[in-house]
This record gives sequence, structure tokens and C-alpha cells, in this order.
Amino acid sequence: MLPSALSHCLRFLVSIFALFLSFPTMAAWELNMPKGVTPISETVYDLHMIIFYICVVIAVIVFGVMLWSIFYHRKSRGYKPANFHESTLVEVIWTVIPLIILIVMAIPATEGVFAMYNYDDSEVDIKVTGYQWKWRYEYINDDIDFFSTLTTTTEEIHNQQTKNKNYLLEVDNPIVVPIGKKIRFLLTSNDVIHSWWVPELAVKKDAIPGFINESWTLVKEPGIYRGQCAELCGKDHGFMPIVVEAVEQEQYDLWIQQKQEETALRLAQAAKEAAQTWDMDRLMASGKPLYEKNCLACHQANGEGLPPVFPALKNSPVIKGPISEHIQIILHGRSGTAMAAYAPQLSDSEVAALVTYERNAWGQNSNETVQPSDVTKLR
Amino acid sequence: MNETTSISTKEVDTPTTEHHAHPTGISRWLYTTNHKDIGSLYLIFSFVMLFIGGGMAFMIRAELFQPGLQFIEPEFFNQMTTMHGLIMVFGVVMPAFVGLANWMVPLMIGAPDMALPRMNNWSFWIMPFAFSILLSTLFMEGGGPNFGWTFYAPLSTTYAPPSTTFFIFGVHLMGLSSIMGAINIITTILNMRAPGMTLMKMPMFVWTWLITAFLLIAVMPVLAGAVTMMLMDIHFGTSFFNAAGGGDPVLFQHIFWFFGHPEVYIMILPAFGVVSQIIPAFARKPLFGYKSMVYATASIAILSFIVWAHHMFTVGLPAVAELFFMYSTMLIAIPTGVKVFNWVSTMFRGSMTFEAPMLFSVAFVVLFTIGGLSGLMLSIAPADFQYHDTYFVVAHFHYVLVPGAIFGIMAAVYYWMPKWSGFMYNEPLAKLHFWLSFIGLNLTFFPMHFLGLAGMPRRIPDYALQFADFNMITSVGAFLFGTTQLLFLYIVIQCARGKGEPAPQRPWEGAEGLEWSIPSPAPLHTFDTPPKVD
Amino acid sequence: MSQVHNSNVPNYYVPHQSKWPIIATVAVVAFIYGIASMLYSSKIGEASATPSWIMLFGLGLTVYMLYGWFSNVVQESQSGLYSPQLDKSFRLGMAWFIFSEVMFFAAFFGVLLYVRTLSIPWLGGEGAKGVSNLLWPNFTAHWPLLNTPDPELFPGPSATIPAWQIPFLNTVILVTSSFTLTLAHHALKKDERNKCTLWLLTTVILGIIFLGFQVFEYQEAYNHLQLTLSSGIYGSTFFLLTGFHGAHVTIGTIMLAVILVRIMKGHFSKQKHFGFEAAAWYWHFVDVVWLLLFTFVYVI
Ligand code: HEA
Ligand code: HEA
Ligand code: HEC
Ligand code: CUA
Ligand SMILES: [Cu+2]
Repeated sequence: MLPSALSHCLRFLVSIFALFLSFPTMAAWELNMPKGVTPISETVYDLHMIIFYICVVIAVIVFGVMLWSIFYHRKSRGYKPANFHESTLVEVIWTVIPLIILIVMAIPATEGVFAMYNYDDSEVDIKVTGYQWKWRYEYINDDIDFFSTLTTTTEEIHNQQTKNKNYLLEVDNPIVVPIGKKIRFLLTSNDVIHSWWVPELAVKKDAIPGFINESWTLVKEPGIYRGQCAELCGKDHGFMPIVVEAVEQEQYDLWIQQKQEETALRLAQAAKEAAQTWDMDRLMASGKPLYEKNCLACHQANGEGLPPVFPALKNSPVIKGPISEHIQIILHGRSGTAMAAYAPQLSDSEVAALVTYERNAWGQNSNETVQPSDVTKLR
Repeated sequence: MNETTSISTKEVDTPTTEHHAHPTGISRWLYTTNHKDIGSLYLIFSFVMLFIGGGMAFMIRAELFQPGLQFIEPEFFNQMTTMHGLIMVFGVVMPAFVGLANWMVPLMIGAPDMALPRMNNWSFWIMPFAFSILLSTLFMEGGGPNFGWTFYAPLSTTYAPPSTTFFIFGVHLMGLSSIMGAINIITTILNMRAPGMTLMKMPMFVWTWLITAFLLIAVMPVLAGAVTMMLMDIHFGTSFFNAAGGGDPVLFQHIFWFFGHPEVYIMILPAFGVVSQIIPAFARKPLFGYKSMVYATASIAILSFIVWAHHMFTVGLPAVAELFFMYSTMLIAIPTGVKVFNWVSTMFRGSMTFEAPMLFSVAFVVLFTIGGLSGLMLSIAPADFQYHDTYFVVAHFHYVLVPGAIFGIMAAVYYWMPKWSGFMYNEPLAKLHFWLSFIGLNLTFFPMHFLGLAGMPRRIPDYALQFADFNMITSVGAFLFGTTQLLFLYIVIQCARGKGEPAPQRPWEGAEGLEWSIPSPAPLHTFDTPPKVD
Repeated sequence: MSQVHNSNVPNYYVPHQSKWPIIATVAVVAFIYGIASMLYSSKIGEASATPSWIMLFGLGLTVYMLYGWFSNVVQESQSGLYSPQLDKSFRLGMAWFIFSEVMFFAAFFGVLLYVRTLSIPWLGGEGAKGVSNLLWPNFTAHWPLLNTPDPELFPGPSATIPAWQIPFLNTVILVTSSFTLTLAHHALKKDERNKCTLWLLTTVILGIIFLGFQVFEYQEAYNHLQLTLSSGIYGSTFFLLTGFHGAHVTIGTIMLAVILVRIMKGHFSKQKHFGFEAAAWYWHFVDVVWLLLFTFVYVI
């Protein structure tokens, strides 16, 4: 009874391996690594398959021999034990053969490493900065600078709404890259270590605060490629996805132009708004959504934060204290804490709205209003 | 192993009377200097921690059963992941092996006790305190450690909850305990062997522990150094892991993994030793290639010091470093392969039976090899850029840890339990325990390979929809595997309470070694006069 | 207590139950828990006196435990319970303990090596990760590091401690102390008690002088050079290495002082004096660490 059970289970294992073997045809099942759309991703995929098959062969041989003796060399079959326990020859053989196998594996692997480390001659340079919990992209040569955050709603996450197809893998501002061009990423972080990973590009590189790591890619096919942060970076590590849109060169140029115009427009708009005087209703109305988008993750919807790491804002000394200090903190952050500088992301009127909101929401009703011009002075 | 430890039973001292009037009650355990008592304490402690750490795995798996957040918040999820890893590694596997060493090393080398019995007691009693401190952090304001068991700076320094201070001192205490335990074991093995037991006649379990103890003494202080620097960065304004002052967050990872990689071999070498005792016993055939086993173990240990950065392929190491660590890591497959081949050759043309210890050992060989082979895949640097920090890694290390370390411990418990308690455990139930565990664990951890390859990052409380099916299977497997361990608890308690056949001196037909030359249960004091080994 | 001696083989002494380990556990845990609570409450800004009492309790208990446990061991040793085999256990234990200390310091020297050869050049724009300099445009690599990448957060020191003044003097002192200790050992082996006491006393005094200079140097650093724990990685590594070394010198000095008292009480014999040797090994180890430290922290 027992032997058959054992052989059953081994057969089960073998059949799982067989399943594994038929990978490439089962791409739809998402059992295997994606082949990807870049030279590196293809190299990696091939390497992965080679080592995988080697491992399967080794496993089949080792387990085969073992299974065979488990089956035949058992006491219940009356098998008498042999008494050999040493053989220098076989020991040498099974040291040398694995060594050879390893060398065979090491050659393409070494080539792969060199290919990955060749950052020269890039045509587009993008600086990627990790923030708790969003990404910032700066197109170094084109003066484009924007943040990219998750757009999946809290309702979806908390199962109060059906989840859409790209659940957790969707952002407000995807990065757009041209196909067929070598793109270099300069990765860094504003706070803790993050890791920028898009499986189909086979790019995964850690974003280390204070240092810059380089990586590159060359996308062959247009498409939308999704990835995620791959290094534990705190509470919302699971909620900082990456979306890359690879497009034809013309479209890319168009996008760049659009983005630049957008920026100019936004600046003009901001300047216009900053010159206006805002009343309480307008400040509060635009403050709430801004707060929910930018600050809620840490300071929570009710303003009570998650102390002691993320302080409560409601009735906090800063909120009760001088307005200028409040503005300063939002603009420049507190270095060495999760409180990032929001100056690059928010316009003066937005900061004014936020400050007003934080001083009046959650039943505080301080009745103070803050004008964009107050912010401009402190920027 | 047969000829190496054949013993002349005549000279073996089998005391029938107690030398000391033995105290009972709590003071027996608090003041004990007896290696068997201390061994039992370690094993019980480890078992308790297994249920705590396993309970945390339950919470992880419950949350991941479906996409979306249902039971716990991300903040708490991270604490569960961290604590689960820490407890399993430092609270379950290490103490269990130290417990086995305490029980078995003196019996296997014919020593009256451990070399430094009082320090032995000290090493043990620090553990429950250290882990109480560690667990208490969960109830502090801001929660417990939430930065993974690898506690990378600056998430674990500047951005950590205040309870991190307690975490750091908990690690210090635990390290103190491990170092003292290791010093004791190494001294015992080097100094207390019965006359005639040369190093190359020592049982494999003793050999693997000798080398493990060396690894422990070499790397636990490095871990202590790492957490000390964390403490200073948090409280005293230093900038070891902060670029603004000239330090480097990656430096932390180098130090951590210089400890961390040898640590994983600390968790597997004693299991290698256990399996090397059990397979020959149930194959009724001497261990194949004893000498090469010893050399392989030593090679693994030496190599383990120069491979650490394979955990850091994506942190942006210079290319030469990348290559160096890739090659050195790959090399470890060779000595490990030698061990696997030797076990298979020991079974080959043996006369095997499959009692519970053997079942666990056979499964160990198969499943550890699967985990080792996925480790080899991880060691290929370019490929690791895709595998790193995904569930593929989680699959890898659970395959080497659960059917590796944990199965090694369970095999050892079944194998030596009759000697400890004087009673046979319930064999049919033990076999049931094995099969349920075997199925449960493969169901749990095999699909993780697919999840990882398909792109699911680790340490996330919620995931994209395409990962839903396999996560569900994994969670079901986890519940099966986890609840099965209640059966293990039952079997062990029954056996310890004397519900079972009385065990003969040598319950296993093919078992060899000094431990089988004394009665079952082993009297409190054994080998007061050393036996002679020839 | 002891085993029944029923053969010519000297039995290995397995002590009976002992209360010391559990006291030691409580002592160490209380001490460490107290420190942790002190740091914790200062971090969250809730000052309270309890933690420091816990710490002091732990410290007191530790002293009591050390005294009691060691008296116990000394008694056993004096009453001849210890066989040569047991003596070897103690030796092995001490040797491996020192090895663990070596690894502890190795980690810290590794840190120094890493920041000097890798991270600082990278931040300054050299080597494989030199692009990092884009983030710190005003920073250039140099050692000793007087200007940190972010001088606002970590203002650098105005100067560092010159090697060839007090540190050199301290080197001479420690090396000399190793010699005097060896002389004491030789004297003990010849059973020249007075000579031994004298040399040992000299060693202890040298240790104390060393520590005195070290304290002076720290004051100098803090008060005149702005060289502090928070003056960037130079200060961090400087105080880490010299601080832990200093702590070890302190422990070593205490150990030697205890041995000195025991010598004066007439403990130890010409052949058997492991307590002395253990302290001596420790002292030599501390000395070697200093030589490395002097070379890599001060000179180069
Ligand atoms: C018991 C614990 C244990 C053991 C024994 C191992 C064994 C190995 N591990 Fe594993 N590992 C872990 C525990 C362990 N690991 C843990 C806990 C982590 C994650 C830590 C974290 O990030 O949280 C990890 C992570 C980890 C990584 C980092 C992955 C990443 O984060 O990106 C790598 C990369 O190289 C790796 C490699 C290996 C290798 C090459 C071995 C080798 O020793 C395996 C050797 C064995 C074999 C190869 C099989 C048998 C051999 C043969 C049958 C011979 C023939 C074979 C050939 C010639 C190919 N491991
Ligand atoms: C020896 C080590 C060891 C062991 C045995 C295990 C055992 C298990 N592990 Fe663990 N695991 C690690 C070491 C280990 N793990 C490490 C180091 C990490 C990395 C941590 C990190 O990322 O920092 C990790 C991470 C980890 C993750 C990834 C978490 C993440 O990335 O977010 C998961 C997810 O499924 C997991 C699952 C499990 C399961 C289901 C088991 C099962 O085998 C557990 C089985 C359960 C039991 C044996 C207990 C049975 C208890 C009962 C039946 C009682 C019921 C409970 C209560 C009454 C409360 N583990
Ligand atoms: C990633 C987490 C995070 C986000 C997002 C965040 N903060 Fe903070 N915030 C913090 C932390 C941490 C602190 C505490 C800093 C410290 O220790 O001094 C803080 C402090 C503050 C303070 C000072 C409170 C006090 O009492 O010290 C204000 C005001 C503030 N944040 C406003 C904001 C606003 C406005 C936003 C959104 C635009 C925001 N924060 C977004 C983490 C965050
Ligand atoms: Cu950012 Cu994880
Ligand atoms: Cu490793």
C-alpha cells in the first residue's frame, strides 16, 4: 500500500514537471516568465529556459535512480543490502560533470550580464525617482517632469466595487517611450529603497536613496507594459505600479510636445490662480480631493494619521501653529522622514487649498484661509 | 558509517542508578545543567514558536486567499511577514537544531554532558525572553517591525516604527544565545569525544553540527554589528546607511547578507546530518562516501562566506562583482550535488523500509533538491533580475526550508523520539502526518513558482487579478499543511506521555551509533565513564 | 556535587543544578530591556524613570551574578574538581569566544573599508556608480571626510585627530602593556609572585592610562573639532571603532584587575592558571585590534 502511495506521489511530481515542460505553449496560463519585448528580456528568457531544462534533466536522472531503488531495493521485496560505501571514481565523476554543466551555464550568463551593463549610447534618458508610494519621472533632455500614482479606487481594493481588468496595475500618468530607441534609466529614491520593475522589459533595478543606479531598455513592439515596485518600501509597497507605454517615434514626439505644452499651460494656469484671491469654499472644495490624492495614504482620511510613524494632523501643533510653518512643511518636507517635499508636485494654489483644508477639516473649523500668494513667498 | 563507529558494548557504561537526587518541578528546568533537559526545553520552545510563526503564515495566506484587502491592513500584513520570517528562522529552525544537538551530540560521541553545562542553560533561557521582547513589539504604538526579516535600511532605521529599538535588542539577545550555544557545541565536539572516536569516525550529524557551530560563531557577531549600527543610525545620529553623511544603504545589505547567506546553511547543514544518519539506517547499508560528505559539508561552509551578494544582484553592483558572486554561488551546487548523489547511492541496492523517519528523509532529498535547483536558477544573475523579489524566490526558500529544514527536524524527532521517551510513537498516524504534510506543502509552495514567474512580487498584501487562481490553491495548501501539524503535536505528546509500545534499546534494525547502545529512555546521566570506540 | 570517582579515568566534572544561569538571564535581559526602554521612551518623547531603574537593576544583578558565578567556579577549581580535559574545554570556549569578537570587529572594519573604497568615491563621482554625484553636485570625495554630501544634515568635522600624537602614544602604551603582561605571565610560571603582581599591576595601570587618553581625545573631538557621531561617516566609523575598542579595553582592564586580586590572594599555580591566561588572551586580542585600528583609522 505504502510503496504504491510513494510511487504515486513521485509520479505526481513528475507529471508536474511534465506540465512545466510544456510551458511555452501555455503562455496564456501565465505559468512562465514572459518572453518580453526587448533584446535583454529575450536573452533572459532564453537563459531561463536553458537552465530550467538542465535542472529538469538533472532532477529526472537523480529522482529516476532514487525511485528505481525505492521500488526495487526494498526489504519487503526481500532485497538483500549490498555493502559498498565508497568509490573515488564515481565521486570524481559526479564532481566533474556538474562542474562542466555549470561552466556551460555560466557562459551565456556572463554574456547576459555584460549586455545588461552596457549603458552607452542611449537616446532617451529618464530619471526615475521612487517616493513612498509613487514614481516620479524626469525626461532629462526634454524638461518633462511628472509623478505617476495608482488610480485603482479604495472601493475596489476593499471589495466594495468590482475590480477592473488592470486592478492595481493602473496609473494616472504612464511613462511614454519610443520604440526601437535605447532608453537609459537613472534610478534613485527620495526616501527608502524601491525597485523599478517591468517584467516585459526585464528591467528591475533598485532605487537607492542618495545613489543613482543605471539601467537601459530598447522596446521592440508598441504596447502597454505594466510592472510593480519590487522592493519592500513600507505600508503601500503593493500599491505603486508602473505603466510604460511604448509608441512609435512620431507619436512619442507628439507626446513630448503635448506634455511640454501641458506643463506650460499648467504653469500659466497656476500663475493665474496664484494671482487670484480664493474664498473659503473654493479652497475647501479643491483641498479635499487634493488631500485624498496626496496625503491620505499616510495621514488618513480622518486626519488622525497612523501614529507614531505618521502623525495625526488633526489638532496637531503644526496645524494649530503659524501658517508659514505649515506651508513650509508641505513645500519642503521634513528630510529624513517619509514627509516628502511637495514643492515639485503641487502649485501654489494647490498648497494653499491643502493648508486651508487641513486647518478646517475634521471639525477643526479654524476659519483661516490661505492664499496662493502666501505660498509663493515661501517657495 | 558502520565500521567507523562500531563499538565494543562491553565497555559502554549503562548506569542504572541516578547519581543525583533529581529535582522536580519548575526548578528542575530553571536550574538544569543536564543536556537532555536542555535539549527538551529547546525542542519544546521551538515547537511553540512553530505554532506562533505558523499562525502568522495563516494570516498571510488568509489575506492572500483572494485579491483585495479583506482581513488585515497592509501595515499589519507587513508586520506579519516580518515576524513570520524572523520567528521561523530564529525561533523555530535554529533552536530546534540546537535542541537536537544538545540531546544527541553527547550521546553520539560518548560524552557525559555538554562541555559547559551551566552556560548551556544560560543559552537556552535567554531565548524565551528574547522572543517575548520581539513579540511584544507587535503591541506597541506604531506596531512591530514591518520591514521584512531582512530589515533593509533605511526602511528599518529612519522610517521604522519606534518599537524597532526593542527589535534590535531582541536580536542582540538571540545572537548572544546562539553564540554561546555554538561555542558549547563546538567545544563539546572537539574536546569530549570518547577515546578512539577520531574526527573522521564521528557520525555525520556531529560533523554537520561542528561546521554549523563554526558558521554560527563566525556570522552571528556580524549580525550583532549590523543591528548595532542600525541602533546608532536611529538614536545617535550616525550615517552608516545614509548617503547624506557619506554612508550607503546598500552597505547594510552587504553586512546583513554576509551573515544571512551562511545563516541559510546554518539552517540546512544539521538537516543534512540528520538525513545522513537516517538513510543508512533504513537502507540497512552504510552511508556512501562518508569522507566526501565531510569534505562537501566543509566546502559548502567555506563557499558560503563568499556568495552573499547573490541576494543583491539588482542593487546595482559593479559588473565584476555581479560575475564574481554569480560564479561562486553556482559552485555551491557541486558539493551539494555530491551530498545528494551520496544519499541516492546509499539507498541504491540497500534493503529499504519506510518508517516515518525514512519517509521524511526521502521526501527531504527530493524536495530539497527541487529547492536547490531553483536556487541554482536564482544564482544566474541576468535571470535573477526577473526572479528577484518575486514569489519564485519565496517558492525557492520554502522548498529548502520547509521540506528541508523542517522535514529534517521532523525526521529527527521520529527517529530519536523512542530514545528520548522510551516509547514508540504511533507509526500509522505518523505516516498519515507525513502524507498530509507532503501533499499540503507541495500544494502550498509549488504554485508559488508559477506566481513568481508570472510576475507577482513578494511582500504584498494584495495582487493583480491574474494571480488569483494560484494564490487560492496556495492558501488551501497552507491550511492543509498547517492543520496537519496539530496531528504532529498529538503524536509527539502521546509518545512523550508513554502511550505506545515500550521502545527497545535500538528500535531501528539498521541504526548504528553510540546513542543506540544505551537504554531507552536514555537515563538522565549517560557515559559518566567514556565508552571506548574502535 | 562531583561524580563518583570509580575508575582511574578522571571524570569530567558535570556541575549539578545551578541558579547562576537563570540569574544571568534575568540580569542580562533586564539590563538590555532597560536600555531599550530608555531609548524607546526618549524616541517617542515620554521620559520616565522606570527604564533606567530596570537597567540599573539589571546591571547590579549582572555584577552580583558575575561575582557569584565566578566565585563558584573558582571554588570548584580550587577544590580540584577540574580535570585537564575540563581545562581544555575552558580554553576552547575562550578561544572561540575571542573568535566571535574578531568577527564582530571584522564587520566594523569591513564598513570602514567599504565607505573608503566604494561609497565615498561613488558619491564623489568616481567609479562604477559615479553618476550618483548628480545628486550631490557640490560633493567631492576625500578622506578623512571633512565635507559630507549633505552638510546641513551632517555637518563635517573641522579637523581630524592627528595620528602621531595621542593615538601614537596610546599605541606605545598598549604594546607595552602586552609586554608587561607577558612578563607577568612568565613570572607566574616561575612562581615569582611578587614580580607577577608588579607586572600585572603595571599592565592594569597602562590600561587605565590608555582609557584616560581616549576620554581626553573624545573631549577634544567633541569640543574643538566638531568631530562627533553625527558629523558624517568619518565620525560614525571613528567612534564606532574606537568606541567599541575602548569598551573592550575597559572589560579587559577589569578582567586583569580581578586576576590581580586573585594573584594577590594566592590563587593559581605554576602550571594551572587558566583564568590568568584567558584574560591575557583577551588583552592581546584587544591589542591587535588597536594596531589595526591605529593603522586604518588614524594613519592611512
Ligand atoms: C536552508 C536554506 C537555503 C538553502 C540550503 C539555499 C540554497 C541555495 N540558494 Fe537560497 N535562499 C534561502 C534559503 C536557502 N537557500 C532564503 C531564505 C532566501 C531568501 C532570503 C530573502 O530574500 O528573504 C534565498 C534566496 C536565494 C537567492 C536570492 C534570490 C533573490 O532574492 O533574488 C539566491 C540567488 O542566487 C539563492 C541561491 C541558492 C543556491 C544556489 C543554493 C544552493 O545551495 C543549492 C544547491 C543545491 C542544488 C543545486 C541541488 C542539488 C544538486 C544536484 C542534484 C547536483 C547537480 C546540479 C547541478 C550541477 C546544477 N537563494
Ligand atoms: C523555516 C522557515 C519557514 C517556514 C517553516 C515557513 C512556513 C510557511 N510559510 Fe514562510 N517565510 C519564511 C520562512 C518560513 N516559512 C521566510 C524567511 C519568509 C520571508 C519573510 C520576509 O519576506 O521577510 C517567509 C515568507 C512567507 C510568505 C511570503 C510573505 C510575503 O512575501 O508577503 C508566505 C506566503 O504565503 C509564507 C507562507 C508560509 C506558510 C504557509 C508556511 C507553512 O509551512 C506554515 C505551516 C503552519 C504551521 C506549521 C503552524 C500550524 C499552526 C496551527 C495549526 C495553529 C493554528 C493557529 C493559531 C491557533 C493562531 N511565508
Ligand atoms: C509617505 C507618507 C506621507 C505622505 C504621503 C504625506 N505625509 Fe505629511 N508627514 C509624514 C510624516 C512621516 C510626517 C512626520 C514628519 C516628522 O517626523 O517630523 C509628516 C508630517 C506632516 C505635517 C506636520 C505635522 C506635525 O505635527 O509635525 C504636515 C502638516 C503634513 N505632514 C502635511 C502633509 C500634506 C499636506 C500631505 C499631502 C500633500 C502629506 N503630509 C503627505 C508622512 C507623509
Ligand atoms: Cu516602492 Cu515597494
Ligand atoms: Cu543566499
